[in-house]
Amino acid sequence: MEWDWSYVAEIIPALLQGLLVTLEITVLASLVSYALGLVFALVRRSRVPVLSQAVWLFVEFVRSTPLLVQVFFLYYVLPPTTGIRLSALTTGVIALGVHYATYASEVYRAGIEAVPVGQWEACLSLSLPRYRVWTGVILPQAIPRILPALGNYTIAMFKEVPLLLAIGVLDIVNQAKEVGGESFRVVEPYTLAGLLFLILSYPSSILVRRLERRVSHR
Amino acid sequence: MFNDFGHIAATILAGLPATLAATVGGVLLTIPLSFAAGLALLSKHRWVRFISRVYVEGLRGTSEVVQLFWIYFVLPALIGFQLVPLWAGILVLGLNHGAYGAEIVRGAVQSVPQPQHEGAIALNLTATQRMWRVILPQAVVEMIPPFNNLFIQLMKSTALLSFITVTEIANQGEILRPQFGSQLLLIYLVELVLYLLIALLITAAMRLLERITARNIGRRPIPRTGLLARAIEPDVAGLS
Repeated sequence: MEWDWSYVAEIIPALLQGLLVTLEITVLASLVSYALGLVFALVRRSRVPVLSQAVWLFVEFVRSTPLLVQVFFLYYVLPPTTGIRLSALTTGVIALGVHYATYASEVYRAGIEAVPVGQWEACLSLSLPRYRVWTGVILPQAIPRILPALGNYTIAMFKEVPLLLAIGVLDIVNQAKEVGGESFRVVEPYTLAGLLFLILSYPSSILVRRLERRVSHR
Repeated sequence: MFNDFGHIAATILAGLPATLAATVGGVLLTIPLSFAAGLALLSKHRWVRFISRVYVEGLRGTSEVVQLFWIYFVLPALIGFQLVPLWAGILVLGLNHGAYGAEIVRGAVQSVPQPQHEGAIALNLTATQRMWRVILPQAVVEMIPPFNNLFIQLMKSTALLSFITVTEIANQGEILRPQFGSQLLLIYLVELVLYLLIALLITAAMRLLERITARNIGRRPIPRTGLLARAIEPDVAGLS
């Protein structure tokens, strides 16, 4: 099969449209995972026994089962049992966000534990309120350390968006599938889809690595 | 809710062999690829490092679904040879996770203290002997926990093979979906629990391997306190 440049020019707009959808989901899901991950980490540290153990079980369960099945679960089981009907895109954002929140929670936990005990003791001796201890002392020290790891998860999320084609999200790969199906050509659409991922994720991972080095050398 | 449990469970279980085959096949391909690419990343020849770097970044930089579709749909168009879905799936799982594993191997080998290298040189061991007898036995112990995560990741990725019509667990669930619309909750719970059990099995096997490799170099493995570790080794929770 010959590589056809005019066909490439023809399908680029559709693929870029898909890229936009992929990026939109990646950004929204990242925000969900960062926020929810912190909540999970804080709840697991809390002294409410049942709650922290429930979160711990949930985290381990979500981490060891496939994202695709979780997407199906959200998309097909939630509407009939709870009456909430979510669009494919929202389902994707929630599924990806919750899945990666379980990873992010471990990262937050490690980051929080890396804050020296002396900082906690200092807060105690200053009798700072609990809320101020977290927002003023612990999190500002923990978060810079965990930023590279969170960045890596965002890149990983970006590459996992394509599995949402199973519920009809028009991401890059689904667009490639559509245009490929119309013209019976597969080489160009899928190769370009792969290249688009590489063009975005490789420089991002270099940036994250640089950030990692900077954080570790502080 | 449990009227059709037998039928649902049996249908989903019919996907278990393919899921296990894909997982085992993927792992068996991942291990040599990880070691080959990981050690190549540390080679003193620039072009060996370069080839390995291209493989690692190329496979880590593109999406797994794209790789799957590429090998299954594009490769036949290019070379006129269609792989059986399961084999195409195993190939993708192995190639993709091998790229991640390469970094694990590289990191673990680099984490072996420098005096160990120097000691081996002082003892006049050849480069191969140094690697096989001194460096790798220590590095392998370090590799096992990250490889445990990687293998669970690989096992979870087998669900993607439903896209190329491999009749594994997730695919079996989708076969059931149109017919058992009122029991979707049950269908997906059975699937999720099955995956969880496989993940537990992988962790158990890797913990055993970690004990063996650590004992071989006269070390005790660090006790783990995660849920899976506690489920498998109840004594761990008591120790920590």
